[in-house]
Amino acid sequence: MKNTGTLKVTTPTEREIVMTRVFDAPRRLVFDAFSKPELLKRWFGPRGWLLAVCEVDLKVGGGFRFVLRGPDGREMGMRGVYREIVPPERSVHMESFDDYPGESQVTAVFVEENGKTTLTATVLYPSKEVRDIVIKSGMERGAAESYDKLAELLASMGSEG
Amino acid sequence: MDRSRHLDATFSALADPTRRAILALLAAGEAPVMELAEPFAMTQPAISKHLKVLERAGLISRGRDAQRRPRRLEAKPLAEAVGWLEGYRQFWEGSFQRLDALLDEMKTQEKTSGVRSARKGKHR
Repeated sequence: MKNTGTLKVTTPTEREIVMTRVFDAPRRLVFDAFSKPELLKRWFGPRGWLLAVCEVDLKVGGGFRFVLRGPDGREMGMRGVYREIVPPERSVHMESFDDYPGESQVTAVFVEENGKTTLTATVLYPSKEVRDIVIKSGMERGAAESYDKLAELLASMGSEG
Repeated sequence: MDRSRHLDATFSALADPTRRAILALLAAGEAPVMELAEPFAMTQPAISKHLKVLERAGLISRGRDAQRRPRRLEAKPLAEAVGWLEGYRQFWEGSFQRLDALLDEMKTQEKTSGVRSARKGKHR
C-alpha cells in the first residue's frame, strides 16, 4: 500500500460518491479520530475553517452536530444520526446540511493492513436531484480549472482504469 | 440538456479507460483520428466509436480540416465534472492532511505509553 495520502474520489453510480484514502496508522486510531470531538476539532474541515461546534453521541440512534466557521465568519452546519457503529471497523450514519435539502447515507469502512488503514467512505444521495445540488455547490465553490489540471486528473484516471 | 443529464453523459463517457486516455492525449492539443488511434491496439473504426461517445457527451468536437478530421477537447463539460469532484476533493484533502499529522502524534503518544505499560508488565 504505497499510495498513502492519495485521495481517490469516484462516482460509481448517479447517486453515489466513493472516497478512498490510506492513513499511516492502525484503524482504532483512525476510527477515534473520526468519532471523538476533541480529535475531530483538530482536522475536520477545509483549510482555514474551524469546527466551532462538534457534538457526538456515538451510539446507534445517537446524533452528531457540526458547525464549521469560515475565515470570513460564514458558518456551515451539518447534523446526522448514527445507524450502525462497529468500532473500529465500520459506521453508517445519515447526514444533512443546514443549507441543502435532503439526507444522505454515509458508510465508512476501515480496513487495516500492516499498520495502515484504508478508509472507504460511500455517500449515497437520496435522489439525483439532491446530488445535483451538491454538484452545483461544488461548482460554485469554483475550483479554478486549467487544462494542466484536467490533463493531470485525466492521466491519473487513465492509469487507474 | 439540463445540467444533471450533462453530468450523466460526461461521467458515463469518462467511465471507459480508453476514452479517458484519448482525452488525456487531447489535453495536449488537437489531433487527427489517425494519430489518436496510434497509441492504442485498436482499429480506426473502434477508435471512431469511442470518439462518437465523447462527442455526444460534448467532451470533444471536430476541427475544421475535413481531411485531417482533427478532434479537440471541449473544456466546459469536463470542467463541470471536474469542478464538482474538485470541490469535494478539496474539502477532504485539506482535512485529511491535518488528520495525517494528528495520527502521527497519536501514534507517538501511544508508543510512549505503550513502553511504560510494557515495563510495568515486566515487574509483575
